[in-house]
Amino acid sequence: MKNNFLILSFALTFLLASCEKTISEGPMENEVLDGQVEGLSYQESIQFLKGDEAFAEVFTSSKGLGPVFVATSCISCHAGDGKGHPSTTLTRFGQIDGTGNLFLDFGGPQLQNRAIPGYEPEQIPNGATSTKLTPPMNTGLGFLDAVLDADIIAMSDPNDNDGDGISGIPNWIELPSYSILRANAISQNGKYIHRFGKKAAAYDLLHQTVNAYNQDMGITSSFDPMDTFSGLEIDPEVSNNIVNDVVFYLKTLKAPIRRNADNAEVLSGGNLFSQIQCASCHKPTLQTGNSSINALSNKIFHPYTDLLLHDMGSELDDGYTEGNATTAEWRTPPLWGLGLAPDAQGGQYFLMHDGRATSINEAILLHGGEASNSKLQYQNLSEIEKNELIKFLESL
Amino acid sequence: MNKIILTTILILILGVPKSHGQVDSTLFKRIPTDTIKSTLNMDAVYNRPFLGFGKTPVSVGGYAEMNWQYLGTDGVSEGHQFQMRRMTLFVAATISKKIKFLSEIEFEEGGKEINIEFAAIDVEFHPLFNLRGGIIMNPIGAFNQNHDGPKWEFTDRPISATQMLPATWSNAGFGIFGKKYSKDWMIGYEAYLSGGFDNSIIDNEENRTSLAASKANHERFEESASGTPLYTAKLAVRNNKIGELGLSYMGGIYNNFDDDGVELDQKRNLDVFAIDFNSTIAKTSTFITGEWAWVSVDVPSTYTQQYGRKQKGGFVDIVQPVLKKKILGWEKAVLNLACRLEYVDWNVGTFNETGGNIGEDVWSIMPAVSFRPTSQTVFRLNYRYQEQNDILGNGPAITNGFSFGISSYF
Ligand code: HEC
Ligand code: HEC
Repeated sequence: MKNNFLILSFALTFLLASCEKTISEGPMENEVLDGQVEGLSYQESIQFLKGDEAFAEVFTSSKGLGPVFVATSCISCHAGDGKGHPSTTLTRFGQIDGTGNLFLDFGGPQLQNRAIPGYEPEQIPNGATSTKLTPPMNTGLGFLDAVLDADIIAMSDPNDNDGDGISGIPNWIELPSYSILRANAISQNGKYIHRFGKKAAAYDLLHQTVNAYNQDMGITSSFDPMDTFSGLEIDPEVSNNIVNDVVFYLKTLKAPIRRNADNAEVLSGGNLFSQIQCASCHKPTLQTGNSSINALSNKIFHPYTDLLLHDMGSELDDGYTEGNATTAEWRTPPLWGLGLAPDAQGGQYFLMHDGRATSINEAILLHGGEASNSKLQYQNLSEIEKNELIKFLESL
Repeated sequence: MNKIILTTILILILGVPKSHGQVDSTLFKRIPTDTIKSTLNMDAVYNRPFLGFGKTPVSVGGYAEMNWQYLGTDGVSEGHQFQMRRMTLFVAATISKKIKFLSEIEFEEGGKEINIEFAAIDVEFHPLFNLRGGIIMNPIGAFNQNHDGPKWEFTDRPISATQMLPATWSNAGFGIFGKKYSKDWMIGYEAYLSGGFDNSIIDNEENRTSLAASKANHERFEESASGTPLYTAKLAVRNNKIGELGLSYMGGIYNNFDDDGVELDQKRNLDVFAIDFNSTIAKTSTFITGEWAWVSVDVPSTYTQQYGRKQKGGFVDIVQPVLKKKILGWEKAVLNLACRLEYVDWNVGTFNETGGNIGEDVWSIMPAVSFRPTSQTVFRLNYRYQEQNDILGNGPAITNGFSFGISSYF
C-alpha cells in the first residue's frame, strides 16, 4: 500500500521534472522567418510582443472591419511573416503614370473585393487598368528602413552612365502628412525617396502599416481616418499605440538566417549570381545608418535588393503604377528568405509581384527590360550551373 | 445577471437545508446512480449523482474539474499551467407528480464565466410524450448533452465537440421527448424549437467559421438574432447488447436578416448533421464512444474564404479497463487505459484562385491512463500529440505534452 503511494508520487515528480523534454523541439531558428532581431532590450522586447499580438489581431465587423475589405488580419496575408498566396493576393487599379490615380472616386487605388454580409464589395471600374500584388515577406524590414537615402541614391544610375543596361531609380513621392522624416533625408523638388512596397510607394513602415489597416482591412486610424467605403472621415478603429507597436514589430523582425551557406554548390551558385549580373540589382550587401533601436544601428546586412525601381520589360507591365514609377517598373525585391517562401505559401512557390511564377527558374525567365541581359546569361548557363544558382537562392 | 444567479444558488444551497434545521451532513442522502449505466446519451441530464435533503423534494449535485498541463507548440511552451477548468452545480426538484425541474449552472475561468447550461421544466404526459421548456441543451451529437467531466477519461473536451460544435450549447426553447423500451431495445427521440445562432459564427476572432462563437452571445436567451427558431432533433436507438446509435440534426436561419422590419441581408441557413455511437464490447469490457458531425453554413459569396462553408470532424474514445479490484482502500476501483483520436477540418473546400485544398485542419491522438476509485471520480493522465495546418496548408504546427486532472461529482 505504502509502496503504491511512493511509486505514484515518484512517477508524478518524474513527469513534472521532465516536461520540458517531452515537448517536441520546434523548427530551427534559421528555418522560420518570425522572431526578433538579436540584441533588443527588455523594453524593446515587450513592445515587439505587443506588436506581434496586434499583427495577429483578427478584425470583425464590431471592431470596424470593412465594410469593404480584402482580409481580416495582417497575419492572414503575411502568415508566419512570410509571403502570401493567390488567395491573399490583392488588386490595385487606376493609375498609369506619375500624374496620380484617375479612379480615386471609384474606389481606387485598392480593390476591396470582399464585404461584410449585407454590403457589396467593390469592382474594378470600366476603363481602369489593374495589377495583382502577392504579399511579400515581412522580415528584416528595420534594416531596410535604416538604409540612408544617400546610399540608395549612390546605387542608382538613372542615365545608365556605366552602360551595363541597368539604370535603377528611386521612387520620389510627396510625403504623407503624418510622416516623420528620416535623419539625413534627401529631397528632390519637395519629394522624398519611398522604399517599401512593390512599386516602392511607401515612405516607411508607418506609411505601409497605416495603408494596410485602411486599404486591406477597412480599419481607420487617426493617421488615415478616411473610410474606404463611404469616403467620409470616421472615428479611428485602431489606436495610435497599436499602430506604433506594429511598426516597431515590423522594424525589429529579424533578418532571415541563411541555411547551407557553406555548401560547395551554394558557393559556386553565389559566384554565378554576381557574374551574370543578378547582383547589379539584387545588391547582396547594404548598411544601416544610425537608428534609435540599437540593434539596427550601423549594421551590415544582406538583403539582395537595391530598393530601386527597374524597368522589367513588357511581360511584367500590367499597366498600373504608383508614385513616379512607370507601369513596367518594379522595386527589386529582397531575395533573403527566398528558400523559406514555400513554408508560408502552402508548400509551393508563388513568386514575382503577382505570384505568377511557381518556381525560381520561372521567376528568372520572367525577367526582361533592364534585366534582359542578365536573364540571357542565365539561359546560357549549363544545367549544372543553373542548379547551383538555384541552390544558392534557396539558401538565402 | 450573474449576481442574480449567484444569489439564487446561494439561497438554494444554504437556504433550503436551513429551513429544515441545522446543516448536518447526515441529512444529505446520496441518491445512488451508476454514472456509466446503460441509458441513452439523452438521459445524461438526469443520470447523475444527486444529494437529497432528508425528505425535501430538492436534490443537488455537481462536479468539478481541475488539472495541470504542460503543453508546447513547435517547441514553445506556456510552461506549467494549473487550471480550475470548471465547477458545475445541479439543482433538481420534483415539483409535483409528473412535473420536474432540473438546472445546471457552470462556473468557468474562476467564476468569470457563469452560464446556465440547463434549466428546464419537464412535464410527463406519457413515456413517449413529455414536454420540456426552459433553457435546453440542444441535442446535437452526444457530447453536448453528455459532457460531465467525470464521465470522460480525458482532461480536455474533444476539439470537434467544443470548437466546431459548441459544447454545452444551450438555448431558451421548448420541445418534446420520449422513449420506448422493449426487452433489450430502447428508442428515444427529442425535438426542440429554440433560440440559436447569430452572425458571429462567420464574424469572430477565431477567423474561421465557428458555431461555438455564438456561445459568447448571452443575449440569445432573451432575443434570437434571426427571429426564427433553431430546429434540433435527435433519434437514438440502443440495444443493451450492441450499443447506442444516435442521429441528430440542428439547423435554421442564423443571421440577423431583418431588424425593426428593415431588411438587412438575405436569409442565411446553417445545417448540422451528427452521428454518435457508443458500445461496450462484452468480452473485453472495452468501451468505445464517438461522434462525427458535418456543418454547412451559407457564407455570402462576397465574403472572405477564411470562413468556411463546410466543416467536418469528430472523435472516438476507446477505454479499456485493465484492473478492477480493491485499490488503496477503494472497493471497486478501476484502472483504465484509453485513447482518443480526433480530427476537425474547419474549412472543407478548395481555393477559388488555385483550386487547391483549403487547409485549416487539426488531428490529435491522446493516449491516457485513468484511475477511477469510484465511478464518480476520475484521475486522468493524458499525453497529447496534435498536428495543425493553417488555412494555406502551411504546417503542421505540432502541439504535444502532458496533462493530469481530477474530475469528480460531488
Ligand atoms: C490582403 C492581404 C494583406 C493584408 C491584410 C496585409 N498585407 Fe501587408 N502586404 C500585402 C501586399 C499585397 C503587399 C505588397 C503591397 C505593395 O506593394 O504596396 C504588402 C506589403 C507589406 C509591407 C511591405 C513589405 C516590403 O517589403 O516592402 C509591410 C511592412 C506590410 N505589408 C505590413 C502589413 C501589416 C502591418 C498589415 C496589417 C496592419 C498588413 N501588411 C496587412 C498584403 C497584405
Ligand atoms: C534589372 C534588375 C534585376 C536584375 C538584373 C535581376 N533581377 Fe531579379 N528581380 C528584379 C525585380 C524588379 C523583380 C521583381 C519583379 C516582379 O515582381 O514582377 C525581381 C524578381 C526576382 C525574383 C523573384 C523574387 C520574389 O520574391 O518574387 C527572383 C528569384 C529573382 N529576381 C532572381 C534574379 C536572378 C537569379 C537574377 C540574375 C539572373 C536576377 N534576378 C536579375 C530585378 C532584377
